[in-house]
Amino acid sequence: MGILEVKGVGKRFGGLQALGDVNLSVAERSVHAIIGPNGAGKSTLLNCLVGKLIPDTGSVLFDGQSVLGRSPHEINQMGISRVFQTPEIFGDLTVMENMMIPCFAKRDGAFEMNAIASVLSQRDIAAKAEEMLVEMNMADKRDMHASAMSRGDKRRLEIGMCLAQEPRLLLLDEPTAGMARADTNNTIDLLKQIQDERHITIAIIEHDMHVVFSLAERITVLAQGTPLVEDTPDNIKGHPKVREAYLGESTAAA
Amino acid sequence: MLGLTRKDTTILLIVTVLALGAPFLLNPFPISSPLAQFNAGYPDLMQRFVIFGIFAIGFNILFGLTGYLSFGHAAFLGVGSYAGVWMFKLLGMNVIPAILASMIVAGLFSVLIGYISLRRSGIYFSILTLAFAQMSFSLAYSVLTPITGGETGLQLSLNDPRILGQSVTPDGNIPVPSLFGLEMGENTRLVISNWVFTFNVGYYFCAVILILAFYLSIRIFRSPFGLMLRAIKTNQTRLNYTGLNPKPYTLAAFVISGMYAGLAGGLMVAMDPLAGAERMFWTASGEVVLMAILGGAGTLIGPILGAGFIKYMENIVSKINETILHNWFAFLPDGLEDIVVSMVYPFIGKGWHLTLGILFMLVVIFLPGGLVEGGQRIGRIFRRKKKKETGDGSGATTVNPAE
Amino acid sequence: MDAFILQILNGLDKGSAYALIALGLTLIFGTLGVVNFAHGALFMIGAFVAVTVSRILSISMVVEDPTKTDFLGNPAKISTPYVEEWFGPTIGAGILDWAVPISIIIAIPIMIVIGVIMERGLIQHFYKRPHADQILVTFGLAIVLQEVIKYFYGANPIPTPAPAAFIGSFDFGAMIGFDPNTIIYPYWRLVYFAFSAIIIAVVFAFLQFTTFGMVVRAGMADRETVGLLGINIDKRFTMMFGLAAAVAGLAGVMYAPINSPNYHMGMDFLVLSFIVVVVGGMGSLGGAVLAGFLLGILESFASMSAVIELIPGINQVIIYLVAIIILLTRPRGLLGRKGVMED
Repeated sequence: MGILEVKGVGKRFGGLQALGDVNLSVAERSVHAIIGPNGAGKSTLLNCLVGKLIPDTGSVLFDGQSVLGRSPHEINQMGISRVFQTPEIFGDLTVMENMMIPCFAKRDGAFEMNAIASVLSQRDIAAKAEEMLVEMNMADKRDMHASAMSRGDKRRLEIGMCLAQEPRLLLLDEPTAGMARADTNNTIDLLKQIQDERHITIAIIEHDMHVVFSLAERITVLAQGTPLVEDTPDNIKGHPKVREAYLGESTAAA
Repeated sequence: MLGLTRKDTTILLIVTVLALGAPFLLNPFPISSPLAQFNAGYPDLMQRFVIFGIFAIGFNILFGLTGYLSFGHAAFLGVGSYAGVWMFKLLGMNVIPAILASMIVAGLFSVLIGYISLRRSGIYFSILTLAFAQMSFSLAYSVLTPITGGETGLQLSLNDPRILGQSVTPDGNIPVPSLFGLEMGENTRLVISNWVFTFNVGYYFCAVILILAFYLSIRIFRSPFGLMLRAIKTNQTRLNYTGLNPKPYTLAAFVISGMYAGLAGGLMVAMDPLAGAERMFWTASGEVVLMAILGGAGTLIGPILGAGFIKYMENIVSKINETILHNWFAFLPDGLEDIVVSMVYPFIGKGWHLTLGILFMLVVIFLPGGLVEGGQRIGRIFRRKKKKETGDGSGATTVNPAE
Repeated sequence: MDAFILQILNGLDKGSAYALIALGLTLIFGTLGVVNFAHGALFMIGAFVAVTVSRILSISMVVEDPTKTDFLGNPAKISTPYVEEWFGPTIGAGILDWAVPISIIIAIPIMIVIGVIMERGLIQHFYKRPHADQILVTFGLAIVLQEVIKYFYGANPIPTPAPAAFIGSFDFGAMIGFDPNTIIYPYWRLVYFAFSAIIIAVVFAFLQFTTFGMVVRAGMADRETVGLLGINIDKRFTMMFGLAAAVAGLAGVMYAPINSPNYHMGMDFLVLSFIVVVVGGMGSLGGAVLAGFLLGILESFASMSAVIELIPGINQVIIYLVAIIILLTRPRGLLGRKGVMED
């Protein structure tokens, strides 16, 4: 049984069946990619996993517990962190402050208004945030406004913030969308490094086949709201159904 | 010092010096000079500076940190005022219980309003707070007259019980607010040749509270709690996906800010034990918005400067009339004098609101950091000049890589 | 029953004013995405256009009449308005009497120009800034506009009468078969209601049946797509701002006889109009009109003495109460569309 079990999830928007009957199992400590053409329901699926949308049917289990009906912050507390297509960081704060927030969240536990914890010493938090910045190779940018950084750096910071929470599952929504080739490769290296050092489970939604085939151990192909096939990258490459539904178009477009 | 960084300590010291030295600092002109009308060192005016400063500091904790624009903050000030007067009526004339009651009642009231209003954000939040404040104002004027005194306002009377004090003074008057016997209205005058400095007990009481309130606001700004509030302002989505629920934080900020307003209301009645519903009218809420933004929303000292600036204009600049203007420009040739006066006049004296509106617009458009940012920019220009003079004009700064 | 009808009628004129201001507000919000706190000031300026026009019309030529003397023994001064001089006493007096309706013609171009200047000069720089900034800058503008009016016209309300033909009331009850003197309604209020209905109809027809309106409606639904079609949407939106200003201004012109204009009347109406917009649904034109009339009528029902006896003070707070309940239970308002400012 995988750390994330999606069973029979369906979601309708008005007359549009965005997700049909999605079954998905992500094995612990693996990198699992979900690919599919535009409108295949990848983002809808992701939003169902993190509590932004509630599916009409089916169940989503994380580590044996249902996530349905919980709000995004509660699901995050269960150990699921999400990286967005456009980096969602605290643009008006400095890089260091950005990093301190997940560290506080980690320390102060239940994230209620913890009055006592908020006046306690910030020193341990600052030390931890600093450590995280060094690990992310961003220590030199610690006092910079987060909004002033390049897209690649923003992505790096966002991933770092997610890692600071020590999640068990990291969800990435097209992490290299809109990036230059060099930034894309940096991000791939970063993700590989994370996988090697931290052994976190990673689920990734991606358009860019280069990224998918460099990272993924298993791939699920989604088309028109239902999973077409799930297999290893090598088998996916050769799979006739996939070629027909997705890869053919995609390689032609690229 | 006191758990503050050096920079914050400096700011706190500046505010302390300004507050304690105000009777001197605001009275720079000798009484005989024609400029004496610009003196602002009168007890009631100085009290207003300080009280509105506290009000604006509180507003800034909400708006400056979280970005939630409340257009109904005066409601808390009004409620605090009523609570204070009721303490004077029921308990006694000591200001401490009155002020505590103001803060507690305003705090409870803001829990209620905040809990409902904060279910929405953006413009809806602004309109909800506005609606609540207008509703409180209307109610205070009409049905709640037994509690609020309606149109005449809530006043002390000789029949009030005052169980811990006296209903009537030995000479048959209503007693005045005091701090353990020290009357708020007591003045000490210091005359140095042509200068008269007035030291008022009430003012110093307010000033000490201002310093404490300011210190607390610095601590809030620099605390993890303050960091969370700023995070709410810049990106609630990321905060949610960091496992944090913004609601309790914003509500806490709203209540703290409401209690600051209540404190200001309590101090108002401690200086003059009379509370009227007009204090809750939405223009009063608009005024504190003006103060915080003009001074610099999100900065520490900005709201105090903004409050001082607006109250100075309201009380001093508004008094300049056409005759005074003619005296000033008397050195000009007659025709020119009239032209200059007629050009200047609409903007000062009774027209000070116009100047205020224009200034406010300019600040919103060009100086989002308010007067504080303006000062910093000017400071930077001077520093740059100095650098050039000393030949250290390399100006090598890290260039931020563009996206 | 008669009391019921009377209250509906009483609610109509205030409701018309709410609806007209709210219509402009929501038009601006829906097309430009801007929260305009200065919209009430446009209403006020409209009312002062009426004041100015009637003042200009009554500018008089002063002639000394040597044959008569006043009580001090000076030659009596006879002042004749120029309009009477030019058009003869009857037509001239008629023009003077009809100053408020005449102002409508003059107010339309003036208000459109003011609206366009406001949009080009200020508002357009705020499209990309946060709503809080838009509120603040237009709030500042409202203060400035109201102070300028105060400077020129003073702080006191200026009575601006309706044409003599519409002064006074008529017995509406008797007309529709009730006992006489049960439903008395002032003429001008009925005129105001009819006028508002016409303006609202014109605005809707304009948006429904012209190409311009079609583009604007499409822009309200999806601005980016329309922009991609190569249509210069910005220019049309500027015109939209002018139109909204004209609607608010006309509402003000016609309101002048009901309440003597003063410089802060705009702000008084603005707060309520915002509530109307929110209740109706941000960006929904039909919602604004519906909510305007609904709240106007609700307010007048709440002022019935029977109701006040039942719930004291309800007349003061009914609108706010309704707004709070709607905002919390139906975030999109009565007729709001999905996706418009939902948070």
